[in-house]
Amino acid sequence: MFISTDEIAQTVKMIQQEHLDIRTVTMGINLLSCVRGDIQATCQAVYDKITHTARNLVSVCCEIETELGIPIVNKRISVTPVGMIAPHDIDGCVALARTLDRAAAETGVNFIGGYSALVHKGYTVSEKTLVESLPYALLETQKVCTSVNVGTSKAGINMDAVRDMGILIKKAAELSAETGGASCARLVVFANAPEDNPFMAGAFHGVGEPECVINVGVSGPGVVKCAIEAVRGQDFTVLAETIKKTAFKITRMGQLVAKLASERLGVPFGIVDLSLAPTPAVGDSVARIIEEMGVGHCGAPGTTAALALLNDAVKKGGLMASSHVGGLSGAFIPVSEDEGMIEAVQKGSLCIEKLEAMTCVCSVGLDMIVVPGDTSASTISAIIADEAAIGMVNHKTTAVRIIPAPGKKVGDVVEFGGLLGSGPVMPVRQYEKDSSSFIARGGRIPAPMQSLKN
Amino acid sequence: MIKAVLTVIGSDRVGIIAAVSNMLAEADVNILDISQTTMDEIFTMTMLVDVTSVKGGFAPLAANLAALGDEMGLRIRLQHVDIFNAMHKI
Repeated sequence: MFISTDEIAQTVKMIQQEHLDIRTVTMGINLLSCVRGDIQATCQAVYDKITHTARNLVSVCCEIETELGIPIVNKRISVTPVGMIAPHDIDGCVALARTLDRAAAETGVNFIGGYSALVHKGYTVSEKTLVESLPYALLETQKVCTSVNVGTSKAGINMDAVRDMGILIKKAAELSAETGGASCARLVVFANAPEDNPFMAGAFHGVGEPECVINVGVSGPGVVKCAIEAVRGQDFTVLAETIKKTAFKITRMGQLVAKLASERLGVPFGIVDLSLAPTPAVGDSVARIIEEMGVGHCGAPGTTAALALLNDAVKKGGLMASSHVGGLSGAFIPVSEDEGMIEAVQKGSLCIEKLEAMTCVCSVGLDMIVVPGDTSASTISAIIADEAAIGMVNHKTTAVRIIPAPGKKVGDVVEFGGLLGSGPVMPVRQYEKDSSSFIARGGRIPAPMQSLKN
Repeated sequence: MIKAVLTVIGSDRVGIIAAVSNMLAEADVNILDISQTTMDEIFTMTMLVDVTSVKGGFAPLAANLAALGDEMGLRIRLQHVDIFNAMHKI
């Protein structure tokens, strides 16, 4: 046989036992052509464009899933940041959010992202309105994902937006108190947000993108963990090589699916995102990879180094497997979505400060962190500022997706369901004086040095 | 020619190959190559098949084979050959 039985068995085992899947096929759609004179006409144009462009997205993905025998867990849509086409009143913005939600339901996708604003240097009137509408837009929709970019390495950090986001995250949590503040799981605050990210909640169709595009995100923490079990006790060179080879194989799946989806939908292929995305399922955890490397508990000393090696090896292995790589590309560490991370928090080995250090060497940032409901808006803003600073200075994407669960205390667990998992409430350090005076300053943190690096 | 790989994994028993090849024959699917091993008492059969003129379409056949597997206590999967080529060939 042209492929050996062992190779066939390996692929089948990865899918059946090690949770190998394609995490998402995301179609990016430009909405700039949908602006009309009044908001109703704009909403109609947005609805028509999305439902027409993505009419075959789900059926084509299901077809590919059956033929290749690999699950495509999510089918998603990302759109032009709505802040660019939003009206100047909150009701109008929320009407647009409801339109996106209806379009998502009609096309059958799991999520639609792009109810977003890029405000790293300042707000336009539309963007300011959209940002203020976020808690209401989230409350009135189920599938709409939202994001706000508050900083970049070239523009610095918009601290006015950082202050506002603390207040709005609190508001969104309070409005969705019945579900433990679940609205906040669909709200990400970014620094250096990528324009072609297929992953939620932060996906949007950037302004440098074509009219329509297909981006694919792969998964596979379980496959990496099983691969490195075979090299237990061997040195780091062997470990890194093993991860690279595995990442190559995983990414080839993503490239194949992206190619097929792009051909069958008649839409250009954008990128494959090389992220290791965990799920709450046992055996699909990034934390367990770190522990398999030899770190006793995720979060213990050694975790940052282990994660740095993992993240780098995944990228090196994946790069050759795909013709175009982009998006977030790195290991994700969303606490509530990773069974090993949840256990690490409950055992006390993983805290917010350690997660912050981990975000310096891997993809994204403080992701799906549940904190006590009485955490103040200025404290949340200060956490966002810290994370944005890491992204800004290190020229990488960082993000904060934090849920101040109303009425919940440290030790409680908030259930979000599905891929969002369940989040243990993590302690936020409290002192006599908080950081509210720092956040109250407002204005912008200037862009950092590009040279004299130390 | 459109090729697919059929894998059967489970405990060995009488009639596995017969049942699978019958279903393939009924769907006009030609068997190009076949190999089987028993590793750790787990029966593994791999077939390379030609699905160019599959009767009734690929998806229904894949579903019928999976259902046959459930009946016999086996995991039967039919997958397009592209996925194996993509993963193992550069």
